[in-house]
Amino acid sequence: MSTKIIMNRNYFKIIRAGINTTFQDSGRNNLYHIGIPFSGAMDNRNYLISNKLVGNLIIRPVIEFAYQGPLLKYYGNKLSFTITGDVTFKLKKNDQIIEGNCYETYFLENGDEIDILSTNRCVYGYLSISAEFKINSQWGSFSTNTKAKIGSNNGEKLNNDQEIEIFNIHSNLSKKKLNYLNTKIEKIRVIKGTNFNYFSEESKKKFFKKEFTVSKLSDRMGMRLEGEKIENIVNTNIKSEGLLKGVIQVPADGNPIIMLSDHGTIGGYPKIGVVISADYDKLVQIPSGSQIKFQEVELTDAETLFKLYEIETQNLISQIQ
Amino acid sequence: MIKNISNLGDAALYCDFGNEVSREINSSVIRYYRNIKNKNIKEIKNLTPSYNKLIISFDLKKTNFKEMKKIIEEITINQKEVLSSKKIKIPVCCDKSFSLDIERLEKKLNLTRDKIFDCFFDNEYFCYMTGFIAGMPFLGDLDKKMQAKRLETPRVKVPKGSVGLTEQFANIYTFESPGGWNIIGNTPLEIFHTNKEKEPNLINPGDTIIFNRINIDEYKDYNE
Repeated sequence: MSTKIIMNRNYFKIIRAGINTTFQDSGRNNLYHIGIPFSGAMDNRNYLISNKLVGNLIIRPVIEFAYQGPLLKYYGNKLSFTITGDVTFKLKKNDQIIEGNCYETYFLENGDEIDILSTNRCVYGYLSISAEFKINSQWGSFSTNTKAKIGSNNGEKLNNDQEIEIFNIHSNLSKKKLNYLNTKIEKIRVIKGTNFNYFSEESKKKFFKKEFTVSKLSDRMGMRLEGEKIENIVNTNIKSEGLLKGVIQVPADGNPIIMLSDHGTIGGYPKIGVVISADYDKLVQIPSGSQIKFQEVELTDAETLFKLYEIETQNLISQIQ
Repeated sequence: MIKNISNLGDAALYCDFGNEVSREINSSVIRYYRNIKNKNIKEIKNLTPSYNKLIISFDLKKTNFKEMKKIIEEITINQKEVLSSKKIKIPVCCDKSFSLDIERLEKKLNLTRDKIFDCFFDNEYFCYMTGFIAGMPFLGDLDKKMQAKRLETPRVKVPKGSVGLTEQFANIYTFESPGGWNIIGNTPLEIFHTNKEKEPNLINPGDTIIFNRINIDEYKDYNE
């Protein structure tokens, strides 16, 4: 039997926090009526897979990062971690540098560093560990909403030099891998919105024909699009009413905004469409500067597409054993 | 009554109560909202009541639009039943350091500030909805002579506790936030308790609000 030094404290030291690194889980339900958004991991599929790979319950909180991720130094007992998405990262062990592959687990030991350099053809990536983060939940979820200052880490994104405590490391650590490639999306499918007829005939056609560019001003609250202006012929405002993630509003300037997971719960701009549930994970992963094109589908098709997407997700999860 | 139920995307019902903004229509929305909420229907993820709409989002893994629509259509609501309403008193200080837009309002409404404050505090308000930012109540109705449009250029930061007016409504900024309402005062009362696990918001749709005016010393002493 080899001798092991058991450390009584396990933690990450954040050397570089990254652009927008937060704790996320499956989100908060049933609080829209008091103005609290859903939040949760933007790309639900990649979030679930990351937990399954390290042997967690699939709805445990994970670290979500956008574009540039964190550089973390680990102190503590051996655990395993994985990264999902389309991400370039390195694992530094003493003098050795290992180029990391997504959807594969790696062991992490005292003094090792994970350097998450960038996401590639996606926006969000996920880091899961075979242990629990010592963080607090709020209203049934660990998800952090930085705009409303709600959730774990005092409602803030991770900061440089911060330390994150880790406990409950799983006793059985094993190497796991999933063969999965994030499919590149051609079109985002949309159901007509409740105010579709507020827009001119020409604009309605343009909406499903022309390409839009994802603006730099996009974040976890919303994705702003630029392109040919959508012309409103009825009223540029409606009486404020509820919003949902995936709703596409068009304000007076004619540039559509898609509501994302941290969106405000009510809004007063006409709704031209709603992104179908099956395409939400792919939508959020479209980086700023990229083109986006919409395709109209009927409700029954959207329901079938969601069922298929769910089966595919479940299949991926069950492949990890 | 619900005039029409359509789908908003593939995972929500859009219940339309009409286009007007009135207490009567809004009370009907609130009756439905409370009734459905009390039923704890497991497929429902969120309920968002607003002036004249109720949006019900559901878990598409468990149900679909057709099934949910049927469930909602089968609910019977007694529209004559008086809406129970909690009465809440909110202290507001209108010291010049808080009433950021009083000069603008004097000009826009052609009223003196004393008249504006008297008119504001004489009224009883009804909470139509809460939201936009956590816990923000939309309260109505302001007297016709008190109705002004929002600021042409919204403020980047409206201080927490600010009480603002726009058109027929008053609201309270529960957090520091961007916003374009005409600010007339500030409340020292915590309207939204981030640290409360249950019922973090003080004001709910259907509640009645009375504002009482306090001076700057009372304001300062309030939380001591």
